Amino acid sequence: MSDLISKSRLTHIQRLEAEAIHIMREVVAESDNPVMLYSVGKDSAVMLHLARKAFYPSPPPFPLLHVDTTWKFQDMYALRNKMAEESGMELLVYQNPEAAERGINPFDHGALHTDMWKTEGLKQALDKYGFDAAFGGARRDEEKSRAKERIFSFRTASHGWDPKNQRPELWNLYNARKNKGESIRVFPISNWTELDIWQYIHLNDVPIVPLYFADERPTYEWEGGLFMADDIPRLEKVLGYRPEITMKSVRFRTLGCFPLTGAVESTAKTLPEVIQETLLTTTSERQGRVIDKDAGGAGMEVKKQQGYF
Amino acid sequence: MTDQITKEEPVYVTEALIAEDIDAYLDQHQHKTMLRFITCGSVDDGKSTLIGRLLYDSKMIFEDQLAALETDSKKVGTQGQEIDFALLVDGLAAEREQGITIDVAYRFFNTEKRKFIVADCPGHEQYTRNMVTGASTADLAVILIDARKGVLVQTRRHSYLCHLIGIKNIVLAVNKMDLVDYDHAVFDAIVKDYAEFARSIGIESFTAMPISGFKGDNITTLSANTPWYKGPTLVEHLETVEVLSSVDADKAFRMPVQWVNRPNLDFRGFSGLIATGSVKPGDAVRVLPSGKTSTVTRVVTLDGDLDEAVAGQSVTVCFADEIDCSRGDVIATADNPPQAADQFEATLVWLNDEAMHVGRAYWLKLGTQTVSVTVQQPKYVVNVNTMEQLAAKTLDLNAIGVAELTTDRAIVFEPYADSRTLGGFILIDKITNATVAAGMLNFSLRRSQNVHWQALDVSREAHAALKNQRPAVLWFTGLSGSGKSTIANLVEKKLHALGKHTFLLDGDNVRHGLNKDLGFTEADRIENIRRVGEVSKLMTDAGLIVLTAFISPFRAEREMVRAMLPQGEFVEVFIDTPLEEAERRDVKGLYKKARSGQLKNFTGIDSPYEAPEQPEVRVDTTRETPEDAAERIVNLLLGAK
Repeated sequence: MSDLISKSRLTHIQRLEAEAIHIMREVVAESDNPVMLYSVGKDSAVMLHLARKAFYPSPPPFPLLHVDTTWKFQDMYALRNKMAEESGMELLVYQNPEAAERGINPFDHGALHTDMWKTEGLKQALDKYGFDAAFGGARRDEEKSRAKERIFSFRTASHGWDPKNQRPELWNLYNARKNKGESIRVFPISNWTELDIWQYIHLNDVPIVPLYFADERPTYEWEGGLFMADDIPRLEKVLGYRPEITMKSVRFRTLGCFPLTGAVESTAKTLPEVIQETLLTTTSERQGRVIDKDAGGAGMEVKKQQGYF
Repeated sequence: MTDQITKEEPVYVTEALIAEDIDAYLDQHQHKTMLRFITCGSVDDGKSTLIGRLLYDSKMIFEDQLAALETDSKKVGTQGQEIDFALLVDGLAAEREQGITIDVAYRFFNTEKRKFIVADCPGHEQYTRNMVTGASTADLAVILIDARKGVLVQTRRHSYLCHLIGIKNIVLAVNKMDLVDYDHAVFDAIVKDYAEFARSIGIESFTAMPISGFKGDNITTLSANTPWYKGPTLVEHLETVEVLSSVDADKAFRMPVQWVNRPNLDFRGFSGLIATGSVKPGDAVRVLPSGKTSTVTRVVTLDGDLDEAVAGQSVTVCFADEIDCSRGDVIATADNPPQAADQFEATLVWLNDEAMHVGRAYWLKLGTQTVSVTVQQPKYVVNVNTMEQLAAKTLDLNAIGVAELTTDRAIVFEPYADSRTLGGFILIDKITNATVAAGMLNFSLRRSQNVHWQALDVSREAHAALKNQRPAVLWFTGLSGSGKSTIANLVEKKLHALGKHTFLLDGDNVRHGLNKDLGFTEADRIENIRRVGEVSKLMTDAGLIVLTAFISPFRAEREMVRAMLPQGEFVEVFIDTPLEEAERRDVKGLYKKARSGQLKNFTGIDSPYEAPEQPEVRVDTTRETPEDAAERIVNLLLGAK
């Protein structure tokens, strides 16, 4: 009897996993053309792992979509290709042709870089393939406006988000019915915290990009931040000079475009050490990223209304 | 004060353990259970402050966020120079400007024993829907009371809603004790007052505690300010109450099927989230509503097959036999399965700005089943402030009422009191796709179990074959005076001349007999069309070609009739005459009456007409004569055969 009682007490990780799987299956059952947005970060890694669990022994019945900016770390491209192959899923890579043509880059174009490659790129990719539901790895603990976003979050035909007009979500009943032109962004790991993500990666041996672990890497300083020189010739070409490169033991708390993602000096080489460092740190996760700071406190809310994921 | 708060040590995160033995910490964290709770109270009750305090104490606020908080507190805060914890919690820009919480926000924190998800809900009456949403996933509710004010109307409302949604663990947090000098007598009086009320609405038990969210009394440690209170602290209590999923695990096995897993011919599994009970290989199960039985052979996951799975887990099960089972079915323990029915009494919470349309068909989603449903006029609505039961014709935004509903086919269910999954449902508007209501099934109505379909030997096909025609409904819709009756009449004459068996149902004529009890309110118009739809269906069963001429202003009801008939038998004919033209003709003098106010609810004047989006036939009477239109419709109907 005591055995039965202990079994009925699911841990929080088990409950979060079951919830995410339930959400993914609902989307597959109720939408016509779903896709999983895959950014190769740790949240994407967990989401992909959950998808493989949800449909096992079938491969997840939707493709992976990587909205590429061409400025990601080399290690990210490597893991992306490996995971697509391992999971048996189709990998779609989309690069906004207009951004490529205009040579949009993080150094010369600042906010426009994110807008053109990511926001516009995502919209173009979703329109091109006609996806009506897109899984995203956003979490409610990341940022204030996310805390109020539904798990099934509707976007207008022009991909806008209307926070005042969200559908109520009761129990675990999701209304996936769309009006013409609307699409849904679905966030299966909404209720996970950063610690939960790390714990899950730890428990399930989820493959992640090695950049999350500390190592000696070539770094340079730019506008007061510490960055990794992932592609020195390209950096030199865009900057017009060769930045001063210093080898340092660094790692990354979050991964994006390498010129926009701040490195932190660290010696954490194992997952428990990374988790330890994360828990003892006193700055929040997104601080290393430049994107949230635009437009003051409401930065993300404004970006989302414009169609950013 | 600001300095004092920032330097205070976080209370629950065992920082020492993290620093010294991260593996031990991870092991501890891995085995935590999860509690979801809701906090109820208005901004004035210090709700956001309490949540801010819980996040702060569990170190869920980082230094940079704290710095931003300090700046914001001075700029827009309501606590003078002190930290306004509420700003941490009130997220959307519009809310920060207005200083109120208007939506459900979810917050997270950990203690050594549990992970917590807090649904932070607004307290005002106009946000009842948000509170019900937050409560629907909660194991526990914290009801905040301002010690200076005692039990208020809103306390009663919040308690009633939590009880309605089935939350068994209720905490009465008497907040702001610091502002009443931690007076024991004040606390006791409030608890006594609340106990009386709680009993009156059926709350069996609750836990009361004196706290101060702002000062931190009795939140994580027992406060020296309240020596007369022996505990537990709020956090201790949250860490130890039993969560819903472990209660559900002891019930009979039920799993709604979400998805059939069929990667190849050798594997066929059924995926779902276990609602109640547990399942293991060898268990005898029954698939509802078919009633077919089989035995579970495997419980499959990516991490290997399980010996047993329990409520709250997402799994895939395989059967020993190839029996029919698909999305919407429920797999249950063979000897104690749930029932199926199509008529129920339910409690509804209306969530939409547009009021309920009595008799209109909505989608009902319950578990993984989605069916068409119509709702009767409410038996009563509840005044959420006084708990009085009042008569009502419909349900408006935030209204809570009890009504009977009828689904178009039987659904597998359990009373909500027994299962949130098989008793809780949402209603979806068929046109706008909005989630318009949340509902809880109370019980099925006996009569639905006693009325059965009688199998008839002469089928509808046989009726039609004898007449040598294919039955159809030509549904003429358009404004009053648009020419519906004129054209329908011409079409019937032509069909009759061609030897077809037809019947024309005219709006005015039907209202002299079958529908003479109905007026022109929205509910009556819906019922009018429903009856005409049913009569048309019977006539097509008899093999007839039916022509109907009704204004039928609402898209939803026309779609309802379309759904009653086999694919292709419903032909929507939109007589598209502009309002100005119809009013100019004014054959019956009705527009004149409506304009002068003698006639109420007149379509096009003070009642809307929703034009068809994709009618099978559209007739523009300003460009086509009735004769030409009739000819075209006849050709289309007969040519298509």
